[in-house]
Amino acid sequence: MSEALVFYFLAGLAIMASALVIGQRNPMYSVLLLIASFGALAGLYIQLDAPFVAVAQIIIYAGAIMVLFLFVVMLLNAPQEDAAGWDRSHPLRRPGMSRIGALLALLLVVQLAWAVLSMSGVEAPAGTGGDAVSSVRALGRTLFTDYVFAFEATSILILVAMIGAVMLARREGDEA
Amino acid sequence: MLNASFDAIVPMLCVTLAALAVMGAEAFRSKGENLPIGGLGIVGLLGAGVATVLLWDRNATGFGVIVADNFALFITAVLLAVGVLTIMFSSPVIQRDGLPKGEYYALVLFSIAGMIMMASANDLLVIFIALEILSIAVYVLTGIRRDDARATEASFKYFLLGAFSSAFFLYGIAFTYGLAGSTRLDRIGAYLAAQSMSANPLILVALGLLLVGFAFKISAVPFHMWTPDAYEGAPAVVTGFMSTGVKAAAFAAFARVFLSAFEPFSAEWAPMVWLLAAATMILGTVVGVAQSNLKRMLAYSSIAHGGYLLVALVAANDIGKAAILFYLLAYAVTNVAAFGVIALLGTREAANDDLRDYAGLWHTHPALAALMTVCLLSLGGLPPTAGFIGKWYVFSAAISAGYYGLAIIGVLTSVISVFFYLRVVVMMYMAERQGPLAAPPRVAAVGMAALVASIAAIVVLGVLPTTVLDLAAASIATIF
Repeated sequence: MSEALVFYFLAGLAIMASALVIGQRNPMYSVLLLIASFGALAGLYIQLDAPFVAVAQIIIYAGAIMVLFLFVVMLLNAPQEDAAGWDRSHPLRRPGMSRIGALLALLLVVQLAWAVLSMSGVEAPAGTGGDAVSSVRALGRTLFTDYVFAFEATSILILVAMIGAVMLARREGDEA
Repeated sequence: MLNASFDAIVPMLCVTLAALAVMGAEAFRSKGENLPIGGLGIVGLLGAGVATVLLWDRNATGFGVIVADNFALFITAVLLAVGVLTIMFSSPVIQRDGLPKGEYYALVLFSIAGMIMMASANDLLVIFIALEILSIAVYVLTGIRRDDARATEASFKYFLLGAFSSAFFLYGIAFTYGLAGSTRLDRIGAYLAAQSMSANPLILVALGLLLVGFAFKISAVPFHMWTPDAYEGAPAVVTGFMSTGVKAAAFAAFARVFLSAFEPFSAEWAPMVWLLAAATMILGTVVGVAQSNLKRMLAYSSIAHGGYLLVALVAANDIGKAAILFYLLAYAVTNVAAFGVIALLGTREAANDDLRDYAGLWHTHPALAALMTVCLLSLGGLPPTAGFIGKWYVFSAAISAGYYGLAIIGVLTSVISVFFYLRVVVMMYMAERQGPLAAPPRVAAVGMAALVASIAAIVVLGVLPTTVLDLAAASIATIF
């Protein structure tokens, strides 16, 4: 019973925060509300016996990704887009556009509902029992056996991203 | 067993090590010292080439996720050729534009390593990582001229839209994993073969998302929006690299995923790819006619060529599968050379990529004009060039598979495209120039050597295609 209460609390929090994210006029508030939503999701993961996913959710999403979001928002000076003139002048704000957007959103909901409702007999794939996903030890073992190549290849990916970032961000005249 | 695992990844390992060596050489060179860094890269690529030849017919697998089958090795060879040509074209351009040499070559080599990985990956997760490696390197290369506002804009657009498409692709992988319980293509294939369409509509969702991800990377209409801007804004030599290397790698993975894992659902995806192919050929050609910038025109031309490749994929018969490989090779060599001419003709101040800049080129740069003519004829699919043979096999594959509509669209768009390729040729030979062209009077020897080599390849592939065609057919027949 109490478990259900916690679930409804966290789920409600997540949904409410997400709804508020798109309702804000100031993108800064949206970003901060998103953190609340992620926090609630992390709570749900703990309830699902997946502590690793919960921790990763906090570190990666609420930590790294949110910093990225905040940077972009501040970089674009987005809070100023509050100004009244922006709303009407932007092409996406024309009534026709919002109607198309609403229609597409509705279509997505219908499609998802249809997909979920007409789904039958989907079982959890073999090898992903509750223990296997949640334990950090099992995760580490999988990472260094089945996924060792992907894991090592990621290091190249990060190296490339680092070279690129350093090169693009370097000041002119720093060249040797 | 472990040694065998390493065999399969030797080509990409060679290229990665070359990239690391390039970085090291750049980091430890003394100030003002001029090291032959590009040569280091070429050595790495040639080493990978030797490994590719040695691995032929051995079907090595590495770590369960990399397969060095002949299909992957054929694409690897194409990518290595593209890499060598790109480095040769780049060396005069880097000097001219004052680009950061070490970083430039390192990024080119890393992205080639990513492309090879993508072409030989047998696992959706590895395909995704490889895709990101090559994409990030190419985003940065696009904006490598930081004093050029257009290049920066192109890089930013490409990056944002690329990240967006990666999300689609990843979402598709997540759905596929959720359904099949594995990211390995063979296991996904086994799972899908046991399903029927009515059992689970989520398979269609996964299929669609993966299709969008691939379609973006090969710039199929309607996912092509980034292509003209990115291709026009990037330095010409980078455009040549990404319009061929990225497309070849993405197409290899596309073909592998859809012809092996999703083969049981070909009745579902074939109509979708049919539509993509038709739209891509038509839009690429029709909009290409209206362009006045040569780089932009070639960008639309490369979109259209993606459409012809999709035709071969839809046909999916033996001729079609071999045609994919042959067409990729012919297109890659031709396009790299065409953008090489543009790159060699530019100066630091002026890109010289407008159509008008090519008026009367025959009188000032007869050799470049002649070589460019061969490239354009090959892109247009006129004999006796590689492009003609490629198109011939694509269309005959479509006809033998019963896709008459696609074949007709393909032939018609080819005829229209000849108009805009020949317009450039006419400009070069017949038109009179207004005012002097601010182009280098002499072209760097290494760039000229690369041009002559690629033109020789185009003509040889056009006149004596059988050897390579047999190789292509044999390499793909055993796999899908």
